[in-house]
Amino acid sequence: MAGAKTNVPAASNRPAGAQRAAERGRQAPNIVAAPKKNKLKDSLRDAATAAMLVAVLGLFFIGVRTDIAPGGLDLKMRWTAWIVSILVVFGGRLALNMFVFQAHTPATQTLGQKIGQLGAAAPGLGKWLMRALFAFAVVLPFFFTTFFPGKDRQFIDLAILIMTYIMLGWGLNIVVGLAGLLDLGYVAFYAVGAYSFALLAQHFEFIGFWVALPLAGMLAALWGIILGFPVLRLRGDYLAIVTLAFGEIIRIVLLNWYQFTGGPDGISGIPKPTFFGLELKRGEGGFADFFGIEYAPIQRFIFLYYIIFFLALLTNFVTMRLRRLPIGRAWEALREDEIACRSLGINTRNTKLTAFAIGAMFGGFAGSFFATRQGFISPESFTFLESAIILAIVVLGGLGSQIGVVIAAVVMIGGIEMLRNLGFLSQVFGPGFDPVQYRMLIFGMAMVLIMVWKPRGLVSTREPTAVLKEKKRIDADMVAQGEGH
Amino acid sequence: MTGTGETLLSVRGVETYYGKIVALRGVDVDVHRGEIVTMIGANGAGKSTLMMTICGNPQARTGQIVYDGQDITAMPTHEIMHLGIAQSPEGRRIFPRMTVMENLQMGAALVDPKHFENDLKKVFELFPRLKERIGQRGGTLSGGEQQMLAIGRALMSRPKLLLLDEPSLGLAPLIVKQIFDAIRELNKNEGLTVFLVEQNAFHALRLAHRGYVMVNGNITMSGTGAELLKREEVRAAYLEGGRH
Repeated sequence: MAGAKTNVPAASNRPAGAQRAAERGRQAPNIVAAPKKNKLKDSLRDAATAAMLVAVLGLFFIGVRTDIAPGGLDLKMRWTAWIVSILVVFGGRLALNMFVFQAHTPATQTLGQKIGQLGAAAPGLGKWLMRALFAFAVVLPFFFTTFFPGKDRQFIDLAILIMTYIMLGWGLNIVVGLAGLLDLGYVAFYAVGAYSFALLAQHFEFIGFWVALPLAGMLAALWGIILGFPVLRLRGDYLAIVTLAFGEIIRIVLLNWYQFTGGPDGISGIPKPTFFGLELKRGEGGFADFFGIEYAPIQRFIFLYYIIFFLALLTNFVTMRLRRLPIGRAWEALREDEIACRSLGINTRNTKLTAFAIGAMFGGFAGSFFATRQGFISPESFTFLESAIILAIVVLGGLGSQIGVVIAAVVMIGGIEMLRNLGFLSQVFGPGFDPVQYRMLIFGMAMVLIMVWKPRGLVSTREPTAVLKEKKRIDADMVAQGEGH
Repeated sequence: MTGTGETLLSVRGVETYYGKIVALRGVDVDVHRGEIVTMIGANGAGKSTLMMTICGNPQARTGQIVYDGQDITAMPTHEIMHLGIAQSPEGRRIFPRMTVMENLQMGAALVDPKHFENDLKKVFELFPRLKERIGQRGGTLSGGEQQMLAIGRALMSRPKLLLLDEPSLGLAPLIVKQIFDAIRELNKNEGLTVFLVEQNAFHALRLAHRGYVMVNGNITMSGTGAELLKREEVRAAYLEGGRH
């Protein structure tokens, strides 16, 4: 593979014949000029067929709305929505036909090529992107207070949310990305962290955020080990099912153990974090008073932002260090081949347990941050959907890639929030249309698209942890798709 | 050179089962210090099972395996590997997404890091190809290079006993020769004891000091490599038509 010089872009998975045909077409445009008219005709016919299918199927699914009315069902025709969806399908199908299915150089291929080139330019780009992102993250709250004074609270709140997911993504990355243990119940540790802090604060007056944080982390790590033991022998699908069940068990226990956890009522009045004993409140003895600055409610958000920023950095730092240590290398080797690991004398049991425990610990940290930020927690915040989102962030970002997690978290969490601002869509689909309702659909589509173009996630390069003389990047392009797994 | 006569590994009456299916029916094998011993046999004879049983996965149901004076029959795999046994498993099983360097580091996971540089140099002397490929991902190596990496990785753990499971599997004759030469060299220069499981009977028996023939989980013949090569049964079953 290394010696063969081919022009096949990494992202392209078209068969070699199609590739050749496409190249022939590029070299000799005059040969293919003739069937152009046919192409348009074919495309139109195909698009019309698709539109007709939508018209038939959509007549009942989209065009008719049923409401329960006194004395039976109330039927309402929604002709606009029906026609719009037909037109959308017609236009989309036509565009696909013209630019992808029947084009000589499909738009997807060029796009894939571009993305591939972006990845190839990554050594320099990735480094600078990372630095730029980091610098922006450092000054982020002040950026928003300066440039968006009216909306700063909303933006910083969103930044806190994204940062929480980045931290969760990095925590899960240890388990899924490095150790290769598919964990669908990561939210359980998030919940354990949150409830540990909430319950400790409720029962012991003196416990604040900073005391509870390590305790919550330790408790979550303990639960990580408790989960780890029974599932040690499982891999892949079986492991995923058991961890999924574990996540649900934790949630259901929290929901039903009313005397201890408050059940569905949750726990409220969780204390806010303090700055070295100073509360961020108005008046005497507060943070603003102590430093002699004017109190503003935004200070609390800025403070929270920096706490989660620090926690996320800690997660990243620990992960990067561990990757260079034997234990981190053993995790990665475990992901690659468990039997080979054992034959090298690696204690796979302990290796797995440390991965679970450390991943869970960071989940616990994030959980107790979540509790202090919200001031109120209930089992509703820890559903399977949370696990799915965190896992999606890790997978979309590229398993094992730290920067990929950041990009995926910003896109996914930021993107979902952005969808709340798509008010113009209700002009098209009527006043009852709420774009937030469709975010999961858009979300799913984005995932499918990324998986088509970048099947190994946005950042699929794996930086080797050890180098002898000169640094060499080992790109995903050097390995044919699917090899090695 | 031949063995010193002192037994390093002794397998006595070992029976191994996969569930209810019997894979080894009372196997006796001895490996002396400084020897190359080979086990030949057809597909499914139980050669690899014996290798895996020595490593404790699966464990022998009856019988005893003694290594260096210590009973290892019921030990977990990772503890057995701590005693100075290294294995190049069947199908090589290198870590495909990790670089050659990282693969070798994994091999040295149990060893004092101060030996690392020196051991690395030795492996590169034995297989110069690996040095050229140092930053390349394991999965991008050719089959022969992967086999070299698997052996190199095993050597990084400074073993007293090297277990090789079909190192010639799927390799071109020239590469097989290279690898077998390397094994011979290791044995001669370092005095490394090697237990080799092979289907490539001709090469294996020429390389080995002693050999065993396994049929259906039983040892049917044993003797020096040269003796076995001359035996009519061995020639008929494993060599005629199969010679490279």
